[in-house]
Amino acid sequence: MSRASTKLDSKKVNSELFTLTYGALVAQLLKDYENVEDVNKQLERMGYNMGIRLIEDFLARTGSGRCYDFRDTAEKIQTGFKIFLGITPTITNWSAAGDEFSLCFEANPLTEFVELPDHCLNLKYCNILIGILRGACEMVQMEIACWFVQDQLKNDSTNELRVKFIKRLEDAIPAGED
Amino acid sequence: MVIYGVYIVSKSGGLIFNHDHNVPRIENEKTFNYPLDIKLSYENKKIVVSFGQKDGINVGHVLTAVNGNVVIGRELENGKDVFELLEQPDSFPLSLKFSRARMTTNEKIFLASMFYPLFAIASQLSPEPRCSGIEILEADTFRLHCYQTLTGIKFIVVAESSQSGIEILLKRVYELYGDYVLKNPFYSLEMPIRCELFETNLQTLLENVEKSGTGSV
Repeated sequence: MSRASTKLDSKKVNSELFTLTYGALVAQLLKDYENVEDVNKQLERMGYNMGIRLIEDFLARTGSGRCYDFRDTAEKIQTGFKIFLGITPTITNWSAAGDEFSLCFEANPLTEFVELPDHCLNLKYCNILIGILRGACEMVQMEIACWFVQDQLKNDSTNELRVKFIKRLEDAIPAGED
Repeated sequence: MVIYGVYIVSKSGGLIFNHDHNVPRIENEKTFNYPLDIKLSYENKKIVVSFGQKDGINVGHVLTAVNGNVVIGRELENGKDVFELLEQPDSFPLSLKFSRARMTTNEKIFLASMFYPLFAIASQLSPEPRCSGIEILEADTFRLHCYQTLTGIKFIVVAESSQSGIEILLKRVYELYGDYVLKNPFYSLEMPIRCELFETNLQTLLENVEKSGTGSV
């Protein structure tokens, strides 16, 4: 996806293929674990492992610098959504301390053809996103927590992803920046 | 325009990748008569020219072969000690082959882990806060360029001093790393990089930069 392989860029992968592959993954996990809570956990873990690798791709492509303010981070996460999922969430609901914000988006490429069956209403279908965000931020020495407050799959009107800043991982900051 | 090599140092300071790109290979073979008119000494498990440079054989070059027989340590393949051989007048004339010393993988790992604290010291010595650490290290025969990513990985390119546009090259190498190393599901983080696709793409990139500059990448 870098400039070295622009051939790939010109014919971007169809988002439906992505949606279906992710659906297959979740369905398989449900089969393997049977317990919805375990599936949620697995999805988060997988996302985390993706995040710690994906961040390098993001940094290499955007050339963005370090964030010294959570508002910067919010904008960069927004860019990330645009690059990797093709959607631009809106940043809203800042907390007074400026350490918490929400990402709201209507269209969610992960859930395009999905309806949750009755026996897995507790399933956090998009939990992989949470893992990805957490992993990616951890690699740039920031600990965050995030969760879905609204989910269209649970009959909310929109998707709202809440992101909270916890702390900077001071020991992990590379030499020359601390 | 020559790029000598690319190194990648992990967040914890270990060498995870090195690629020798274009290191000129210097080799000289010459026939000598008794007595030998250059001084040899045994250092670091190699026989090194210590004094008396001539005909392209410089101080610091390593003896690699005697009459076509490879030298291992201070002995020939058949177990004969090279220094003893050189002291016997009747073994002459001898054809000795010298070449520039090449770094072993161990030495590279050693140097890479030495660069890590140097980088950290440089950033601490800085009179101004928030110093980036060593970005360029210049010597009379080469220039070392280092780019540290926000995640702490260092990309190092050693090139000829006149080579320009290395900053852009370093960013491209980072992109290749993001693509061919991290998206490789069989690569585990912080481990040495053994990804053929990465290496071939890197090779192409370096050749392009050498040939036509960074405008093309």
